[in-house]
Amino acid sequence: MSQTTLFLLLNASLATIYMVFISSILATIVGLPLGILLYITRKGNILEQKSIYQILAAIVNVGRSIPFIILMIAVIPFTRLIVGTSIGMNAAIVPLSLAAMPFIARVVENALLEVNRGLIEAATAMGATSWQIIIKVLIPESLPGIINGLTLTVISLIGFSAMAGAVGGGGLGDLAIRYGYHRFDVSMMLMTIIIMVVFVQLIQWIGDRMVHKFSHHKR
Amino acid sequence: MIILNEIYKKYSTPSGEITALNNINLRVSPGEIFGIIGKSGAGKSTLIRCVNLLEKPTSGQVIVAGEELTSLSPSELRNARRKIGMIFQHFNLLTSRTVYDNIALPLELCGYSRQQIKENIMPLLDLTGLMDKINHFPAQLSGGQKQRVAIARALASQPKVLLSDEATSALDPETTHKILDLLKNIRDTLKLTILLITHEMSVIKACCDRVAILQHGELIEENEVGEFFAHPKTPIAKKFIASSLTHTLPDAIRSKVLAFEQPDTHPVWRLRFIEKTATQPIVSQLINQFNLRINILQANVDYIKNHPLGIMIIAVAGDTSKIQAGMLYLQNLGVQLEVIGYVPNNIISFA
Repeated sequence: MSQTTLFLLLNASLATIYMVFISSILATIVGLPLGILLYITRKGNILEQKSIYQILAAIVNVGRSIPFIILMIAVIPFTRLIVGTSIGMNAAIVPLSLAAMPFIARVVENALLEVNRGLIEAATAMGATSWQIIIKVLIPESLPGIINGLTLTVISLIGFSAMAGAVGGGGLGDLAIRYGYHRFDVSMMLMTIIIMVVFVQLIQWIGDRMVHKFSHHKR
Repeated sequence: MIILNEIYKKYSTPSGEITALNNINLRVSPGEIFGIIGKSGAGKSTLIRCVNLLEKPTSGQVIVAGEELTSLSPSELRNARRKIGMIFQHFNLLTSRTVYDNIALPLELCGYSRQQIKENIMPLLDLTGLMDKINHFPAQLSGGQKQRVAIARALASQPKVLLSDEATSALDPETTHKILDLLKNIRDTLKLTILLITHEMSVIKACCDRVAILQHGELIEENEVGEFFAHPKTPIAKKFIASSLTHTLPDAIRSKVLAFEQPDTHPVWRLRFIEKTATQPIVSQLINQFNLRINILQANVDYIKNHPLGIMIIAVAGDTSKIQAGMLYLQNLGVQLEVIGYVPNNIISFA
């Protein structure tokens, strides 16, 4: 392997890591509270609010039903507004974050739904406020489920980031298209695939370790 | 300590309105263990949840420790709930917290410092016998241990009242006994008032001072426990008491008991003493006065609040007319007599 190839691969890998990392964090910052809000306003829960739940659920569903490749193009004006350009890594972060937000929200909501309602009842009987129930009961009890969901999201984002590469986002996807596809560079294509597989394995491994750490059910 | 005034709880369902609680009036005195017994679906859980307003009654007043909960604002209600402990059938412990941290939770909610929490819960760990388990997670504990943690947690904020929602229903009889002993013990040491609901007569028998029966959302009979067992008024009360006295014969004998009388058989009687007859020497009376021969197959006398409550299964041999006279004698004494079958005389010896 030539030094240029190595350089290209390293650069592209770092770009992918950067895009996935930043968009994961941004998506979590919005998606986690959104998921909690979905859960608590849901029918029969601590802050039941039918109208708020329906509005949030509709937004999340719309967000999740747009294929990423279309979302990416559709939000170009918004991306330009925020980043100033629609090309490059920073520009790719905008649609990546937007795509992951509703996904995380649903994943968090589902993890919270798994929490035994008896625990919420017990906390209510102890005189806990809604905020205390969220912080001291709901989040700690659903943490393994939330981490599982976040792992899933990060892995999806690696795939999405490759798609972003196809429209000038940079990263491993960009490399695979430009060298592997347009220049018939099979070895480059293979290398990008291998690196992505390693990334996915690594993230899954870290996720599983964390789930194990926070899970105190019988095992 | 707990006063329920004209509590109604109604649910509207697509098929019409359901009255889960129908005009409940209840008074639980300080330091008392009050049991409410009822079959599943009678409204027991709804009733106990109305006491700390986990369920809001449709109408009526709930007064706990002199405070009318039904008139409080949400934040006042939260404060009032901190003085009402509650334990549950399925324990409801946080799986993500250790034993110590579970017990600490109610104090964290009140904003206690780490030091204050420690000072408060150490005596409780001692009382509930959990000292060696403080760093365990609930998944590592047995059912009885989990309920001990739940009890310690319920007591952490030093409540005046403890509500027990079928707390022993998921436990085996031996563990049930230990948990009930613990409840009696904490009532005595902490001067707590306990309201418990159960579907098991044995729980009432083991630890309650007073009892009420809930049927179809109504409290139909209420009494001091000894009196309740001695003089049950309603048919359902009698049924509950009888069910707690159901003793069956060992298989070896039961399989030989015939349903109908045949030549060379002896009747088998089940005698229940729920009136004041358990102190009478009835066996010697049957022998002396009626010249009967008695073989006791099984006998058990319980003492509930010093009131004897017994069951006896006997095989009887003698003249037919004397057996009839003996039956009449027992029935006149108020013994509940039931002929459960006939045993061939080669099975049971009267020699």
